[in-house]
Amino acid sequence: MNWIEIFRSGISTGTVLLIAAIGEILTERAGIQNLGVEGMMLVGAMAGFKVAFSTGNVWLGLLAAIAAGGLLSLAHALVTIHFQADQTVSGLSLTFLGTGLALVLGDGLTGQTGPVIPRASIPLLSQIPYLGQIAFADHNLLVYFGYLLLPIVTYFINKTRPGLHLRAVGENPAAADTLGVNIYRTRYLYTFIGGCFAGLAGAAISVAIAPGWYSNLTVNGQGWIAVALVIFAHWNPWRAALGGYLFGILRRFTLDLQGPRILFGLANPFFYNTNLVFFLQMTPYILTIIALIWGSSAARKKRIGAPAALGTPYQRGERGL
Amino acid sequence: MTFPEETNTVPAVEMQDIVLRFPGVLANDHVNFTLYPGEIHALLGENGAGKSTLMNVLTGLYKPQSGEIRIHGKKVSFNSPRDAIANGIGMVHQHFMLVENQTVTENILIGLDTPRFALNLKKYDQEISNLAEQFGIHIDPTAKIWQLSVGEQQRVEILKILYRGANILIMDEPTAVLAPQEADELIETLKGMAAQGKSIAFISHKLTEVKQVADKLTVLRRGRVTAERVNLQDFTRESLASLMVGREVIFNLHKCEQTAGREVLRLEDISALNNKNLPALRNVDLALHEGEILGIAGVAGNGQSELVEVITGLRPCTGRIWLEGKDIANKPPSFSINQGLAHIPEDRIGVGSAPNLSLTSNIIMKRYDQQPVSQKWQLDYVAADELADGLKTEYDIQAPSVQTQARKLSGGNLQKLILARELSSTPRMVVAMQPTRGLDVGAIESVQQMLLNQREQGCAILLVSEDLDELLSLSDRIAVMYEGQIVGVLGSEDFYITQIGLMMTGTLPEELPEKAQAEEDLTEGNYSSFDEVLDNLHNYEESSQAKRPAEIEPSSESAEPIEEIPQPEPPAPPEDLPLNLTEKERVLRKVLGENYKQGDEE
Repeated sequence: MNWIEIFRSGISTGTVLLIAAIGEILTERAGIQNLGVEGMMLVGAMAGFKVAFSTGNVWLGLLAAIAAGGLLSLAHALVTIHFQADQTVSGLSLTFLGTGLALVLGDGLTGQTGPVIPRASIPLLSQIPYLGQIAFADHNLLVYFGYLLLPIVTYFINKTRPGLHLRAVGENPAAADTLGVNIYRTRYLYTFIGGCFAGLAGAAISVAIAPGWYSNLTVNGQGWIAVALVIFAHWNPWRAALGGYLFGILRRFTLDLQGPRILFGLANPFFYNTNLVFFLQMTPYILTIIALIWGSSAARKKRIGAPAALGTPYQRGERGL
Repeated sequence: MTFPEETNTVPAVEMQDIVLRFPGVLANDHVNFTLYPGEIHALLGENGAGKSTLMNVLTGLYKPQSGEIRIHGKKVSFNSPRDAIANGIGMVHQHFMLVENQTVTENILIGLDTPRFALNLKKYDQEISNLAEQFGIHIDPTAKIWQLSVGEQQRVEILKILYRGANILIMDEPTAVLAPQEADELIETLKGMAAQGKSIAFISHKLTEVKQVADKLTVLRRGRVTAERVNLQDFTRESLASLMVGREVIFNLHKCEQTAGREVLRLEDISALNNKNLPALRNVDLALHEGEILGIAGVAGNGQSELVEVITGLRPCTGRIWLEGKDIANKPPSFSINQGLAHIPEDRIGVGSAPNLSLTSNIIMKRYDQQPVSQKWQLDYVAADELADGLKTEYDIQAPSVQTQARKLSGGNLQKLILARELSSTPRMVVAMQPTRGLDVGAIESVQQMLLNQREQGCAILLVSEDLDELLSLSDRIAVMYEGQIVGVLGSEDFYITQIGLMMTGTLPEELPEKAQAEEDLTEGNYSSFDEVLDNLHNYEESSQAKRPAEIEPSSESAEPIEEIPQPEPPAPPEDLPLNLTEKERVLRKVLGENYKQGDEE
């Protein structure tokens, strides 16, 4: 078994989850829960691949994916912020809407090949034994973008003025409102940004990591994994990244386990028994959840949890009497 | 600190003929309000009189339908709180507007234009320290809000306003949440700020405190001004109260002499755990009779809530509870309701009502399955509305209609709604927890009178309260709870405040000082709250060093929020601790607020 290859591929598939989860973290930190990540990712994957395929320019494809995800998220924003509808219901419908749109508009793309995001190695860093090969050699550029995104987003949330406002709006919108922060505008903005990230994550699949359009199997439930990651990562980008990479690594590992006839000197049970394979396919999901629950008990002690106003619409001047 | 009202001084705030209508309610009816620089101006009125609404107009949260606002002589029109802040107006809300998991500095910086992008908290921590010092406020700018006591959180609110350069401060019932010592400190701070030229509007419904702090007074009643810019010296407590309520307020309730009848409720050897799975009730025995009010005194968190929950069937327990001859322990609440039990819970919004449902729905919650509301398998909403309408008039609940959502009611009206539901079912037994907390004078009076009426009708009442005045004036007997046990039960001839206070800290009745001394102690001050008694006790204990062996582990502490502050564990194992350290700790914390540090008591 090629361990380096398992880690390499884990990092590159984990990048998809990382980007989607960071987008959802930004949205949820503003107090809006968007369960439509799966739908937005599919639309992004479709739009990214379609535009890249028809124009021959992969960067235009990425832009189209970002715009498509963002536009779709605005529907959620309008319904939940302006009309104060239930965020869970709206998010679920957004998944259906996104899936439907992607399937209709992506008709005829299956089996085509388009341009992909270029690959690169980072000088010096890729020379580090093992780690260099795993993390810094011959990855597509979006993987490196993911590395950059993490510290930038963390810094933005915790150490800047817009980040302060973002957190305030998600924790106590009434307090932010009395201090002159525009709640509606902030929530619209971050719902939109979350949608853009989801769209980008979708395109990261269709034009970089597993190029091509395979209807709704393209995203295959990763949007839901991203939503779960956000919760288990306690709205912390670093934890979400860790979970995302871990998930990717485990998925590739279980895939590789099914390959060889002989495993550790014994007959490989997964090669001969297909029923066991189903359980094997469950393990990345289960282990990711266990790892993150274990990690979050420490977070609970430090009082890091869901934004207090998550899921509740904001309305000024509730009490009249 | 009287302010000379010269004609050439421009008022800081002039509000004229302010009219604000909410659907169904006229919240402000041509209200005038004037505030001069350097003065503390009290705005007095019952809950729902329109004080907070008027001030929310001034802070730009609500837009009045008509009327004029002038700030320092200049006519203004506010569209959002931002406009008001720009004009130097800031408000400390009754419910603090703070983000719990952010630091003091971060909370203060929300909504400001500087810093532009990067926060650079260190620099601003320093700025805020300096500002706090200037006004004699003590605060750690790097602390997170959830780590702070309520009094400290309030200081953050004040700093938030001062940092924005406000010279007009609005304080919305600032002392309601404070311990007496914290309140005194706040009043000193406010007076200091007024001396530095700030104008302060002080909303309150506490008469004594208004007399203590304010120079001038405006009184509102049901949206109208009943006294404008009057001097406080000209009024007594009684005349102020009648201005607020619109009639004479009886401070001495009508309580007739009557002897208790046969036994209604008996608790036998009741024990129960609290939410942290620690023992909250230990072998409690208690009996209650017809036409009797039994008061339960004790520092919050000594098992009172658990006692109420056990009786009302909301918490499992061991032992037996006899209500009218039937064992109701560990039975579902509906069982005891059918036995004639009524419950007035501590948490009016979470437990006592369904905030998003209408008045009608809240009223019929206990009788939806009875005639005339229940019509076989469906509800007769016409009959339900009629019933609710009748009770709304009978209990004087102020609401636009019975279709109004319960959450739109003010505290007093919500409590009346709960009382209407509970008492109209002619209960045999009423369990009331903190029935008047947070209510205004008028509402307190009517709630207390309703309880006394129930007593006259032969109902047995268990009254849990932290307001000692209330317990003393309503109860026939008082049981004192400490660490989940009944320390003792006192008859009305033994009601001495110092004795009750000592029992609240765990002193057994036979260890109490002589009555003569107790009476002497009593004359020293006129206490109105546990905090004051405890304060007094603190001094008392220091002199007498009366202690009792601690049979209870220190871990069974109350769930006061201050407990959550991570503190170093006490160095010695429990058995080596000074005798009743935990209780003393609690008392000290309550009395000293954040000035308390572990180890101070030595």
